[in-house]
Amino acid sequence: MHARADAADTAPNWPDDIFATLQRFDVRQVPYVPDAGHSKLIQRVLDSSTMRGIPLTTEEEGVALLAGAWAGGQRGVLLMQSSGVGNCINMLSLIPILRFPFLTLVTMRGEWGEFNPWQVPMGSTTQGVFELSGVHVLRASHAAEVPAVLEAAAAQAYNALTPTAVLLSQRLIGAKVFTK
Amino acid sequence: MSKANLLDRRQVVSTLLANRKDVVAIGGLGASTNDMCAAGDHARNFYLWGGMGGAAMIGLGLALAQPKLPVLVITGDGEMLMGLGSLATIGLQKPANLSIAVLDNEAYGETGGQTSHTTVAADLVGIAKACGIADSRAVTTMAEVEAFAKAVHDLSAGPRFANVKIDSAGLERILPTRDGTYIVNRIRGDLGFQPI
Repeated sequence: MHARADAADTAPNWPDDIFATLQRFDVRQVPYVPDAGHSKLIQRVLDSSTMRGIPLTTEEEGVALLAGAWAGGQRGVLLMQSSGVGNCINMLSLIPILRFPFLTLVTMRGEWGEFNPWQVPMGSTTQGVFELSGVHVLRASHAAEVPAVLEAAAAQAYNALTPTAVLLSQRLIGAKVFTK
Repeated sequence: MSKANLLDRRQVVSTLLANRKDVVAIGGLGASTNDMCAAGDHARNFYLWGGMGGAAMIGLGLALAQPKLPVLVITGDGEMLMGLGSLATIGLQKPANLSIAVLDNEAYGETGGQTSHTTVAADLVGIAKACGIADSRAVTTMAEVEAFAKAVHDLSAGPRFANVKIDSAGLERILPTRDGTYIVNRIRGDLGFQPI
C-alpha cells in the first residue's frame, strides 16, 4: 500500500522509535484519527498499558481533549493526517490561551509522489496553517532522523510549552499507491 | 418565544453545583459559563470563552486523567451541537466519572436568539443515547435536576447525559475570569499539580 518510499526507509521501525520517545516523556492520552501512516504507532498505543488510545470523529476533538488532560495532570499527543489539520484551526486557539503542552504528529499527504489530487491543497498548506496558528513545525523525512526530531519536539513541547507539530513526510511514509 | 414550565437556567446550574464537593466543572462557551460563575466562583471551575464545540472533549480529557473525580460539563445546545461527534467519542470511551448537562433553550442566546436545531428537529437525548451513552435523560423538572446532580457523584455508572429544557430569557451577565492560563493553573493547583 505504501510502496513509493525511499528504498532505505521501507523497513518501518520509526514508529517504534516514536513510541519509545512518547513513553519516555510519560505521554498518557493519545487521541487520533486513523491514518495508514500511523497504523503501527496506533497499534503500539492500543497495546500499551500506560497510554490510552482515543479514536476521534474529527481532529479538533483531540486539541480540546489534550487541554482537559493537562488540567487533570496528564500529557497527551494528537495523531492525525495532514488533511485533519484544517479541521483543528479554531480549536488551536485554546493552546496559547490555556497554555498546555501541545504535541501533534502529522502524517503528510499531498506531497512526494502523491497520486490523489484531492490531498494536495491541504497537504500544501499544512505547515502554513500551523505556523499561522502559533504551532512550531519540525519535519522528519528519513527514518534515521525520526528519533532526534521526536526527542526535540517532545522536549520543547513538554518542557518549554512550545506548541509543536512534527510533519512525518510522505517520503518517509511512502506515497500511497492505488491499484485496480 | 418562551414556552410554559421551562426551568430557570441559573436555578438549574446552582442546583447542579450546590453540593459539588470535589467536582471539576467545565462551562461551555456562552451563557453556561456565566451561569457557572453566578452559582459561585470555584477553583475547580473551567470557564470557556472560546473553543466552541470543545467543552465535552475537555471534560473527557479531564475525566480520563482523574478517574476518581466527578467531572461535570455544563454547556448549551448550540455549543453541544457543534461538538456532536464528541458524544460518539465519549460513548466509545465510557468514562464512568463524566457527566454532561446541556442547558437547552433551543436558541443561540449570545448572538441574538436565533433558533437552534433542537427547536423542532435535533433530539440531543436520542443522539447521546444512540452514541452509546446509555444514561441519557430528558430533564424538565427541578426534581430531575436534583436527581442528576446526585448521580454526578456516582463514579461507577457514567457517562451520563442530561438535556435540560430551560427558559430562553436573557439574564444579567455574571462574567467569570477570562484568563485561561489562570483558570487551568488554578484547577491544576487545586488538584495538587505544581507549575512546570
